[in-house]
Amino acid sequence: MSTSEQQASAPRLALPELLIGIGLLICAGAVAWQTLAIPVSPLYSKVGPTVFPYITMAGMIVLSLLLILAAIRGGWQPQEEKETPTDWKAMGFVAAGLVANLLLIQPLGFTAASVIMFVLVCFGFGSRHPPRDALLGLVLALAAYFGFAKALGVNIGAGLIENQLNALLGAAFSGKGG
Amino acid sequence: MDTLGHLAHGFAVAFTPTNLLWCLVGTTLGTAIGVLPGLGPALTIALLLPITYQVVPEASFILFAGIYYGAMYGGSTTSILLNTPGESATIVTALEGNRMARSGRGGAALATSAIGSFVAGTLGTMGVAFLAPTVVKYAIKFGPAEYFSLMVLAFITVSAVLGSSSVRGLTSLFAGFVIGMIGVDLQTGQPRFTFGTAELLDGVDVIIVAVGLFAVGETLYMASRRYAGKDEIVPLKGSLYMTAAEWARSWKPWLRGAAIGFPIGALPAGGAEIPTFLSYAVEKKLSKHKEEFGTVGAIEGVAGPEAANNASAAGVLVPMLTLGLPTSATAAIMLSAFQSYGINPGPLLLTTQANLVWGLIASLFIANIILVVLNLPLIGLWVRLLKIPAPQLYAGILVFATVGTYGISQSPIDLVILYLLGAAGFLMRRFDFPTAPVIIGMILGPLAETQFRRAMTIANGDWTVFYRHPLSLTLLALAFLGLVGPHIWAWIQQRRRRGPEHVPGDA
Repeated sequence: MSTSEQQASAPRLALPELLIGIGLLICAGAVAWQTLAIPVSPLYSKVGPTVFPYITMAGMIVLSLLLILAAIRGGWQPQEEKETPTDWKAMGFVAAGLVANLLLIQPLGFTAASVIMFVLVCFGFGSRHPPRDALLGLVLALAAYFGFAKALGVNIGAGLIENQLNALLGAAFSGKGG
Repeated sequence: MDTLGHLAHGFAVAFTPTNLLWCLVGTTLGTAIGVLPGLGPALTIALLLPITYQVVPEASFILFAGIYYGAMYGGSTTSILLNTPGESATIVTALEGNRMARSGRGGAALATSAIGSFVAGTLGTMGVAFLAPTVVKYAIKFGPAEYFSLMVLAFITVSAVLGSSSVRGLTSLFAGFVIGMIGVDLQTGQPRFTFGTAELLDGVDVIIVAVGLFAVGETLYMASRRYAGKDEIVPLKGSLYMTAAEWARSWKPWLRGAAIGFPIGALPAGGAEIPTFLSYAVEKKLSKHKEEFGTVGAIEGVAGPEAANNASAAGVLVPMLTLGLPTSATAAIMLSAFQSYGINPGPLLLTTQANLVWGLIASLFIANIILVVLNLPLIGLWVRLLKIPAPQLYAGILVFATVGTYGISQSPIDLVILYLLGAAGFLMRRFDFPTAPVIIGMILGPLAETQFRRAMTIANGDWTVFYRHPLSLTLLALAFLGLVGPHIWAWIQQRRRRGPEHVPGDA
């Protein structure tokens, strides 16, 4: 290749991009495995349910090889993006909030789980007033539950808080009615 | 003319009190989510998809269309005052608009963008009303082979031609195909890509994909980039009324922007980035005040791209309503709303669903009027919305993301899928993969597959059907050109640029 020193900061293998390329190749493998698992009736042998999956798989393999090639040639990330350090702590708190929501939404119900997620995510983004955030989260979660979910007819998991409020509202309305 | 009669009928549909109310709700909500960074029309419409089980099609589409148009207006406010484009299509507005705001002419920038959006949006909607019946006349002759080839062309343009890299765009598109194929194959009843689980038999809901990529992925990305500079809101200064000179400098860019935006939006390529950048380049070239570009901010650089943005947003509705061909993430999600009503958008839509289509188009005219009122006299309200601090904003987005996802079937599995897609969305954002092709691939992929199999069945399994039909061949050739052309062009440019360097003694 070129011997000039300008271009000597020559293509360095970009690890994150390489991993993405390999990851996509693995996904293509998963597509292949699942495509082979599709039972094909001989009636549909011409254009059966596997033709498109195979085309997709072939496309993914070609694309992942092109991505790996680009990674070997130094990757495609803009310099500015590379130099910005990732705020792992903030991301960690957001991820913790999401996981807490997932684990708690069934035992505690939507509102309580949402409040915990809200506080954790706010903390991750740098807010340092957990009690205030909890109150805000409660108001927002209730607004989401009653406004959004009820208006759209979406049934979201009711927990202790929702049941108490529903009972309260029910009592209030039947009181008025009677 | 026939169109006028249909339009009159459409206005009769749109002017009922309930539909006016839906339009008002949609435009207000749309402006709000357009103003708020991190929320977009695709995500909002996805979250509101369950409404299709509750109300008649007219009501929900008038609501969705109001959100769609409103987000365009709201997005420009954020671009001008915050320099963070609220929408990808308003990147260009941020260039000049934010500079104008910094030099104390924010009021004029907001006014020219709102009035320009109104002018272009109205012209664009008229374009939809008059162009759609014409497109239908041709589309009605399309067979499955032509449809498939047209979809291939749309796939290439939305993923490979637009955006920074065709390889990464196509990767997103293929990821969308895989997601779209999960579940029971509609023609043979075979389960595909379910990994043996019953939960995946129904497929992955588009709500989960949109929320995962746009809400969870975006929140994770913003969290990871918390230190990367703080946005400051430029206080709104200057009168909202434009001076005579500013009017004189604005009206031509509005019309030019509309003329650039609508046709590009209406092509089965879509996307608002290209027309906005094109309009910006044109205005910069034609302006008599070139020194203002990039310094104090030129009003033409706001007026033109904003008009182009709104006209192309209207243009996108043409292939969507006449061919069932969505070319943006928002349009793809609207298409899934049609599917949820059991309506198949296509050439027959204009006749079989005349009430719906013409009511929708009429409501777009009304939406434009409401929006100009919402976004000029009431601008102070939206500026206040910009002051919502990031922690509470993103935490709130996640709460609504949970409602939208968990509400589908109260299954924690859905949340697991949501978070996996969120992680994927984060990586895509971080490594510059476009997300819109995923949604388009997921919605349009299965439709393309259906047309493909239909064409093959008619042709008795003969692959040549796709290039024996002249129209189909032309479309495929265009797609190929779109895929390969830019690379050849770049290669030629590179050679030309490199050429002189190798001439000895040149430097």
